[in-house]
Amino acid sequence: MGIENLIAGYREILEESPLEPAAKWKTTHPGSKVVGCYPVYTPVELIHAAGMLPIGIVGGGNRIEIAHADSRFQSFVCSIVKSTLELGLTDKLNFVDGMVFHSICDPARNLGSVFKRNFPQMMVEYIHFPQNMKSRSTADYLAAEYNRLKKSYETLGGKTVTDEDLGRSILLYNEQRKLLRELYRIRKETPQNLSTAESYVLMRIGTLIPAEEHIAILKEALVELRQRDERPKDRIKVVLEGSFCEQPPLELIEGLEAAGCYILDDDFLIGWRWLVEDIPTEGDPVRNLARAYIDQSVYSGVKHDSRQSKSKHLIDRVRETGASAVIFLAAKFCEPALFDYALYRRTLEKEAIPHLALEFEEKMWIFDKSRSEVETFVESMLFD
Amino acid sequence: MAQAAEAVKTTYQGQMHLLQKEIMGKYFERLTRAAEQGDGKAVYMLISGNPVELVLAFDMIPVYPEINALQLAVKKVALPFIQKAEEMGYSMDNCAYVKADVGMFHSGRKTPFATIPLPSLILCNYVGCNVYLQWFEHLAEYSDGELYNLDIPFLHGESDEPSAADITYVVRQLEEVIEACERISGKKFDYAKLQQIVSRSAETGEMWAKIKALTKNTPSPFDAYFDSVTMMAPLYCLRGTEEGLRFFETALKEMEEKVELGMGPLPEERFRFVIEGPPPWPYLRQFRDLFSKWGAVAVASTYSTVGGLWEFGFKHDSNHPLESIAAHMLKWNLTNRSFLQRYEQIHRYVKEWHADALVIHSVKSCRLFSAGQGDMREHFTKDLGIPTLLVESDIEDPRYFSEAQMKNRIDAFFESLEHQKMLRESAQGDAR
Ligand code: SF4
Ligand code: SF4
Repeated sequence: MGIENLIAGYREILEESPLEPAAKWKTTHPGSKVVGCYPVYTPVELIHAAGMLPIGIVGGGNRIEIAHADSRFQSFVCSIVKSTLELGLTDKLNFVDGMVFHSICDPARNLGSVFKRNFPQMMVEYIHFPQNMKSRSTADYLAAEYNRLKKSYETLGGKTVTDEDLGRSILLYNEQRKLLRELYRIRKETPQNLSTAESYVLMRIGTLIPAEEHIAILKEALVELRQRDERPKDRIKVVLEGSFCEQPPLELIEGLEAAGCYILDDDFLIGWRWLVEDIPTEGDPVRNLARAYIDQSVYSGVKHDSRQSKSKHLIDRVRETGASAVIFLAAKFCEPALFDYALYRRTLEKEAIPHLALEFEEKMWIFDKSRSEVETFVESMLFD
Repeated sequence: MAQAAEAVKTTYQGQMHLLQKEIMGKYFERLTRAAEQGDGKAVYMLISGNPVELVLAFDMIPVYPEINALQLAVKKVALPFIQKAEEMGYSMDNCAYVKADVGMFHSGRKTPFATIPLPSLILCNYVGCNVYLQWFEHLAEYSDGELYNLDIPFLHGESDEPSAADITYVVRQLEEVIEACERISGKKFDYAKLQQIVSRSAETGEMWAKIKALTKNTPSPFDAYFDSVTMMAPLYCLRGTEEGLRFFETALKEMEEKVELGMGPLPEERFRFVIEGPPPWPYLRQFRDLFSKWGAVAVASTYSTVGGLWEFGFKHDSNHPLESIAAHMLKWNLTNRSFLQRYEQIHRYVKEWHADALVIHSVKSCRLFSAGQGDMREHFTKDLGIPTLLVESDIEDPRYFSEAQMKNRIDAFFESLEHQKMLRESAQGDAR
């Protein structure tokens, strides 16, 4: 049985030394550069096309002690901001040549500046994603923003990016995203054949290695997964919402499943599978990338698209997956997620969809409380 | 060691304050008439970089949920509204401005000063604060108002200049806002009228900048934190109007007179400080007294620049009204600038306004201001050697204010400043 071992191996890397594969890649590719992408969404194609490796820097997980960063960010700031800074302050990001932050929330934006001041050797970039999807000028603006970024990465990578380069990168990441969509489809249709913890590992490892390698891993995994044929257990089917930025510990994800849930869909690491369709390869690639953000990206807590309400998106997702409940799993102190909850709750109540709200921290160790809350919730649904 | 006098009360009430009461009273009456008699159309906007000129050009009524929220806090009636919002599902950790406003919105829309009309247009002028987007998204769900997210690219680059693409994007959006206003108000856009309003804004801004420069004097004629807030309401609600202009003429004249007379807000100015962060509205008086008793006056504040940074040279331009509104939103206000640009702003204040110290009031509600202030303190104390004090409470939520704790920190800080000052003075004496 290859796949269990495959996943266990990646899981160990993720839990023990997640940044090692990228650091290793750099030593085996002399002269190359690594760019860290803070959540949520990064047009990684621009970095890849400039010959560099984009990787996900998504906090420090639960194996890191916060010793320095909490004197910089107050107690009421979410954990991922602090643990990401801690990685930097303890020299764990020394192999990273650039970081990119985005307009997702106020702490993340300020973190970009704090990085700039504390790590002057890094190229710290910032993308302002448009918050107005209705304007006739949005696409022009975002294309200009991406072109600015492209220039920046040309400088860092020491290489001019041609349309062909960018076109190839788009094709590559289109393929990666397509395989990830397939992974999610399998889990949605036959959750007994693929656990959320497993799909999480398979996806997360891809944020730390070259896309080419990840594609090979996904292909291998999918072949084996298609052959699995487990009997469904007596569990409730849920959609999980609220973890788009800071990531819950794997043990917590497992705990939710063990407490009696099949998680049919979630928003973990959503920036790495943000686009619901392939990016077209005809025409100006930068503009295509920009248009994709505006018209082909899924909703999230940090994308403000007044063309349709977020609550409606959530309800649609529940209906479309065939779930019967929602688990709202937000990072402690995550302002965007916590704000969204107020709207979601109102709509879920209106639509009579049961839901449970939980908060987590990435450095969490004890899961008993969340687990028993989920168990009670599951029981109330199964025996109602 | 010298001990500070127990309580020093600041009770100055000038012509400016009477006028402020009168014109703001009229503004609030207008809101109430719109709410109760349907007289006029309301546009909800946010303080930072607000484009009030556009709204006034259509004779619509600017309504600022932030101002409503702060009034609830000042009058100490915010808590039940905050709790109401928390019952609806808002978190303890969400910005309490939003919670107070949402609670008030669902309870008859009354503040101690006005009844708040429903919005015809919810114009989310996103200028840096991401909570703005959530806030207005929620108000749009709760009301029938049309939502327009006026998106302002964040000024994040190495330089503090917006790019040509940024400016075009904002101007194009302003044109779309004009289309929306024409439709909603039923009025045709009048370019000459906008120019006239913008030119009044230019004069107003110029006077505000002059007023703020007066605090470079010793003693400072007014407190650039506690007294500046009196002037901020007309600056946002009435900028571009005749009344607003008259208010700033009066204020400037009054403050110039005080400089002539060598008068300040306290009997004796012993310390000059720069303050970063919004005020603790529910306990403004107590907070002020904690500084007054040490003879400490704020000579500059970052909070007073949330609506615009006129003191560093911005002036609206009636020949290019839309471009200058765009520039105001993009470049000339605190919240659309990066944290590092804020460090620079504070540093300028310390140098050019001759301050002895930096006080950081860290408010839980507002992560736009507060997230990372520990790094700011590190920079000012360690790199620049400027004495820095950080205290925590909240802008709106009375549950986060601990007077005893605050008092201890502030006393300890000024005691040590006093000590250093004495040492310096005696060293100078010896040298003579
Ligand atoms: S977890 Fe939430 S608050 Fe924290 S950085 Fe991410 S989006 Fe911002
Ligand atoms: S976070 Fe700060 S700037 Fe934003 S709405 Fe709240 S108090 Fe205002």
